[in-house]
Amino acid sequence: MATEMPRTDVVVIGLGAVGGVAVLPLVNAGLNVIGLEAGGWMGTRDFAPDEIRNNIRDWPQAVPKAKNEIPTSRANINFEAVQGGGHPMMNGVGGTSLHYWAQSWRLNPWDFKTVSETTRRYGANRIPEDSTVEDWPFAYEDLEPYYDRVEYALGVSGNAGNIQGTLHAGGNQFEGPRSRAYPMPGLRSSGFTDMMGDAARTLGWQPFQGPAAINSEVYGDRPGCFYHGFCDRGGCHVAAKSSTAVTTIPEALKSGRLKVVTHARVLKIVNNADGRVTGVEYLSGNQVMFQPADAVLLASHTYENSRLLLLSRSKEFPEGLANNSGQVGQHYLSHHQGAPVIALFPKNLNNWYGLPAQGVAIDEWADDNFDHGDLDFIGGGNLWAHTDRKPISAAKMSTFDLVPNWGAKWKAFISENADRTNASYIQKTTLPYRGNYLDLDPLVKDRLGLPVIRITAEYRQNELGIAAFTQDRMEEWYRAAGAVQIIRAPLGTAMGTSTHAYGGTRMGDDPSTNVTDRYGFAHESPNLGILGASVMGTSGSRNPTLTAQALAWRTAEHLVANWESIAG
Amino acid sequence: MDKNKKNCIAQNQSQEGGGLSRRDLLKGAGLTGAALIAASSGAAIAQTPSLQAAPSRIPVAEAFETLTSAESAALDAFASRIIPSDDGTPGAREARAVHFIDRGLTGAMAASRDQYAVGLAALDSLAVERGGVAFSFLSAAEQDAIIEAMTQNAITAYPMLNAGFFNTVRTHTIEGTFSDPYYGGNRDFVGWALLGYPGVRIASSADDVSQGSALAPSRQSAYDMPAYTKDPVAGVQPEGVSHGH
Ligand SMILES: Cc1cc2nc3c(=O)[nH]c(=O)nc-3n(C[C@H](O)[C@H](O)[C@H](O)COP(=O)(O)OP(=O)(O)OC[C@H]3O[C@@H](n4cnc5c(N)ncnc54)[C@H](O)[C@@H]3O)c2cc1C
Repeated sequence: MATEMPRTDVVVIGLGAVGGVAVLPLVNAGLNVIGLEAGGWMGTRDFAPDEIRNNIRDWPQAVPKAKNEIPTSRANINFEAVQGGGHPMMNGVGGTSLHYWAQSWRLNPWDFKTVSETTRRYGANRIPEDSTVEDWPFAYEDLEPYYDRVEYALGVSGNAGNIQGTLHAGGNQFEGPRSRAYPMPGLRSSGFTDMMGDAARTLGWQPFQGPAAINSEVYGDRPGCFYHGFCDRGGCHVAAKSSTAVTTIPEALKSGRLKVVTHARVLKIVNNADGRVTGVEYLSGNQVMFQPADAVLLASHTYENSRLLLLSRSKEFPEGLANNSGQVGQHYLSHHQGAPVIALFPKNLNNWYGLPAQGVAIDEWADDNFDHGDLDFIGGGNLWAHTDRKPISAAKMSTFDLVPNWGAKWKAFISENADRTNASYIQKTTLPYRGNYLDLDPLVKDRLGLPVIRITAEYRQNELGIAAFTQDRMEEWYRAAGAVQIIRAPLGTAMGTSTHAYGGTRMGDDPSTNVTDRYGFAHESPNLGILGASVMGTSGSRNPTLTAQALAWRTAEHLVANWESIAG
Repeated sequence: MDKNKKNCIAQNQSQEGGGLSRRDLLKGAGLTGAALIAASSGAAIAQTPSLQAAPSRIPVAEAFETLTSAESAALDAFASRIIPSDDGTPGAREARAVHFIDRGLTGAMAASRDQYAVGLAALDSLAVERGGVAFSFLSAAEQDAIIEAMTQNAITAYPMLNAGFFNTVRTHTIEGTFSDPYYGGNRDFVGWALLGYPGVRIASSADDVSQGSALAPSRQSAYDMPAYTKDPVAGVQPEGVSHGH
C-alpha cells in the first residue's frame, strides 16, 4: 500500500530544464507546488574540470536512474532493437540543464508553419509523402512573449538580430522579431571564431555569435563565464551556466510555496473514472508514496514522458494514460545533428579553453532562409563553428588518412596537430514520419523490472538531402578559413537515442493525431499537462531547450489563468 | 598506505630503474618460452642477486589492482607501441597508462576485464609461438607486426586479437596517457605536454586563450584545486532540500 501524502495544488514530475522553469509562474500565482525529482541536489564543488568524468564516464550523476534505463533502438521493424550508448538525461535538480551546452535558440517562424509555408511557396507535393508533419497550432509570434520571459528569468546572452522588425548587424538576420534585446551581450569571441567569422563574410554570409544560457557578465547574483573549457557535459563550477538549479528553482523556493522532493522516482500517474488524473505514485527509498494533486505536470524528458504514460495503465486507459488515441510515442524524432565536417588547419587554433556555446553561426542555409525551388528537400541546417578542446578528445582527433592511428608517426601527428583541428556542428530540420515511434521494449527492463523505451526510427531522404547539402556549405566555409584537410562523416541512417529528442506527446488541435492540446494539456485527461520537447512536432535547425522552456512557461500560465476549469 | 603515496613511491623507484629492460634481465637469467611468461612479472624475483649489484638500475615491480604480472607486462608493451617513446619523449609507458587501465578495470571499465584477460593471454601465446618469448620481450618491430596484423583482423589463429581488441586498448591507452593524473596515468603531465595542452585551470582570460599552448602550463590535477570535491565538506546543506516525509 502506498503511503498517502497531504494533497497539493500541482505536482511537477521532474525538475529539469522545463519542469524547473514551470514551477516559477505557478508559485508566483500563489499555487502550492511539489516537485518530485528522481535525482538530488548537486553543487559547484561537484563540477570538477575532469574529462574522464564528464565525457568518458557519463558524468557524476546524482543517481544512476537514467543509466539503468537506456533506450533500445533500431532503424525499423526489420531489426532487433539493441541497447547501447548512454542516456542523454541527467538525474538531478536542474536535470540535463546542469551539464548541457546551453545553446539557447528560439525557433525560426518557419518551423511553426512548415506545412503551410512549404505549400504556399513550393506546393503541397514538396512535403515528404511519408511525413506526419503538421503546422504547430500557433505561430512564433504567440510564443514570443514566453521566449522573452524565459530568456530574462534564466539569463541568456546573445546578440539580437531583429528587434521588433528592425534588423541589427551582429545578430541573426533570419530570426523572428523579438520584443527586446537579450538580457546580456553574447559570449566573447575568440581568435578562432573571429577567423571563421571573417571567412564567412568573404563568402557573403552574415556570421553571428550564437545565444547561450550562460552569463557573459554578472547577472543577478551569478558571475559571468570563466571560460575554463569544461562546459561540455560539465556542470558549471561558478554557476555561470543558467541551469534551472541556480535560476528559476531557487527563485521559486523563495516563495515558500515550492517543495522540492529529491530522490523521488515517479512510477505511475493515477487517474479516476472520468479520466482525470488524481496524483502520482513514487518510490522514495524502498517505500511507495502517493502524492495527490489537482493538476499534474509531466516534465521527465522526452523518453520518460512517453514511458511514464505507457506504464500508467488503468481501466480507463488500458494502453497507457491519455493514449486511447494510440498517439503516445508517435511522431518521434531524433534531431539530425550528426554528419559533421572536420577540418585541419595549418596553425594552432588556441581552442583549449573554449566552450561549445562559444561559437559563430551561419543561418543562411537553415530552415527556409534560402530558395528550395531546385532542391529535393525542404528545411536546412544551421552551421556552427565553435571552440572547445580537451586533451583526450584532442588525442582522438581524426588522422585525415594522413598517418596510421597508432605508433611513432601518429604520436608526432597528434603532437603537432592537437590544436589544429575543428569539428563543425550542423543541426538540421528533422521531420516526423510514419514508422518512426517510441514504445515499450518487449524484453529489456530496468532494475525495477519496468520496460525501457524502444526507439524505432530512421532518417529519410529529406534529412539526408539536407545533410549532404549543408556539408558542402560547411566545407566551403572551412576552406575559406584556410583549412588544408577536410573529412566528412557519413550522413546517418538509424536515429538512435539523442540529446535532442522530440515527439511522443505531440501538441496540436486534432486529438486523433496529437496527445496534447495547443496549451500542452492532454486531450484525453484535461488536468494533465505535458512539458518538454516531447510536445514539439518539428525540430527546426537548432537546439530545443529554450523553446521547450518557453512552452513550459506558457502551459503553466495557462493553468494559472484557467485554474477552475482545468483543476477545479 | 594510501594509494597516492604508494604510487608516488613506486614512481620514484621506477624512475631510477631506466636502462636495463626486463628482457635483458630475463635473457640474462637464461629463461625462455613458457618459463619466461611465468617469470615476466618477476624481474625482481628472477634477479635477486643483481639487486645487490646495481640497485639503482633495477625496475621494481609495482602493485596492480587487478592485472596479473604477465598481463601488465604484455599490456605495458602493447601500450608503449601505441604511444611509443623511441623518439626520446615520453609515451604511454612513462605516463603509466597501464596503471590507469588497471584501476579502471576494477571500476568504470570493468566490462572490459574479460576482453583484456583473453586478449593479453593470446598475445603472449602468439609471441611465444613466433619468437619463443612473451610479447613484452619481442623486439619493437616484432610487436608492431603483431599489432598491425591485429588492426587488419589478420590473426586467424587467435581471433580475439582483432581490431576490436586493438581499439579497446588504444582508447584506454589514450585515456590513460592524457587524462587527469588523478586516475593514475599521465604521470608528471607527460601526456598534456605531448599535446601542448596548458592544463586545467579555474578560468582563462582572452589573453590566456590568445597565447594558446605558449601559455605557462598549469600542471595540477583538478582535484588538487580546493574548489572541487575530494572529501565531503561538513555542514553544507543546499537550500530547499527536502528529505523528510
Ligand atoms: C550533452 C548535452 C548537451 C546539450 N546541449 C544543449 C544545448 O546546447 N541547447 C539545448 O537547447 N539543449 C541541449 N541539450 C538538450 C537539453 O539538455 C534537453 O533538451 C533538456 O534538458 C530537456 O529538458 P527536460 O526538462 O525535458 O529534461 P531534463 O532536463 O533531462 O530533466 C528531466 C528531469 O526529470 C527527472 N526524472 C526523469 N524521470 C523521472 C521520474 N520517473 N520521476 C522523477 N523524476 C524523473 C530527471 O531526473 C531530470 O532531472 C543537451 C543535452 C545534452 C545531454
